[in-house]
Amino acid sequence: MAFRSKRPEHGGPPELFYDKNEARKYVRNSRMIDVQTKMAGRALELLYLPEGQPCYLLDIGCGSGLSGDYLSDEGHYWVGLDISPAMLDAALDRDTEGDLLLGDMGQGIPFKPGSFDGCISISAIQWLCNANKKSDIPAKRLYCFFSSLYSVLVRGARAVLQLYPENSEQLELITTQATKAGFTGGVVVDFPNSAKAKKFYLCLFSGPSTFMPKALNENNEEEARESEFTSESEGRLLPPHRGSTRGSAPSTQRPVPLVLTLVSTDDTR
Amino acid sequence: MKLLTHNLLSSHVRGVGPRGFPLRLQATEVRINPVEFNPDFVARMIPKVEWAALLEAADTLHLVEVPKGPIEGYEHDEKFLRQMHHVLLEVRTGPSLASLATAG
Repeated sequence: MAFRSKRPEHGGPPELFYDKNEARKYVRNSRMIDVQTKMAGRALELLYLPEGQPCYLLDIGCGSGLSGDYLSDEGHYWVGLDISPAMLDAALDRDTEGDLLLGDMGQGIPFKPGSFDGCISISAIQWLCNANKKSDIPAKRLYCFFSSLYSVLVRGARAVLQLYPENSEQLELITTQATKAGFTGGVVVDFPNSAKAKKFYLCLFSGPSTFMPKALNENNEEEARESEFTSESEGRLLPPHRGSTRGSAPSTQRPVPLVLTLVSTDDTR
Repeated sequence: MKLLTHNLLSSHVRGVGPRGFPLRLQATEVRINPVEFNPDFVARMIPKVEWAALLEAADTLHLVEVPKGPIEGYEHDEKFLRQMHHVLLEVRTGPSLASLATAG
């Protein structure tokens, strides 16, 4: 990823970065709205929810409700969690359908086990990787987040978390904690050759799936190419493991099916 | 928030009840937002409902026509499902934004 300017996470905690001025961009800036909406659409696509069935979903880092609105438009019910009061105020102004919660995902998701049919997150979880208080230990916060997420998902449900990892070490930190929490899955990288368009989606499964997602269907590749978001994307497996040089991973041109494998750091592959 | 969400929330704040559940409601603000009825969705949510908490919330908010619990064959009982649809998804209560900040 090419971040020409400083990464926002280096400047302080998200609740300060996402102040009123920043929140305004998510309401007014049409390019920003467009990007966020497209990513929400792709994340929902990767959730592979059963067709025509409204679901109860969790939106982590819901912000001003852009992604949530997309979920509502698709007929789903959702609960949004965000740490920024300013962003949630913007969501309230926009009169979103979802239920909004102000809180810190690093402290867990306080819902009953098996509450949600799925979870999406757009551009949020990389914030867990930076310690903003002396007492913060990123690995602990990530584990707390992932283990409670695992618990609040219906058995077999998925979580699709779009994120901007700073580097491969950060991505490994994240995937390691997700694995420790019990998830399987992996990372889908859209547009791997484009510095600007490249997007990472951490796709997690909480146990054996109860309904057959399209990823396991042998016709998946064809269907993926027909859909709007994947016609130009090349989904790629990015199994994280130690010892590999990944500064600029070689990219293959062929699309791969979205069956993912998350390896633990004990794996020698 | 919807009563479904309130019901599924578990608070770990000390003193909020056994297992920290449920969050206290106040009958300060109750709104009804019409929502399209989807019987399958409602039926799927029924097993997740914590009935004691739901009935307490319904009582606090002075709601009427609230089933006391799941009935035999509820999956196909439209009257039951419509009542639950109304209670869980159309009744909105409390502040529009709830804070999860834990005490201490």
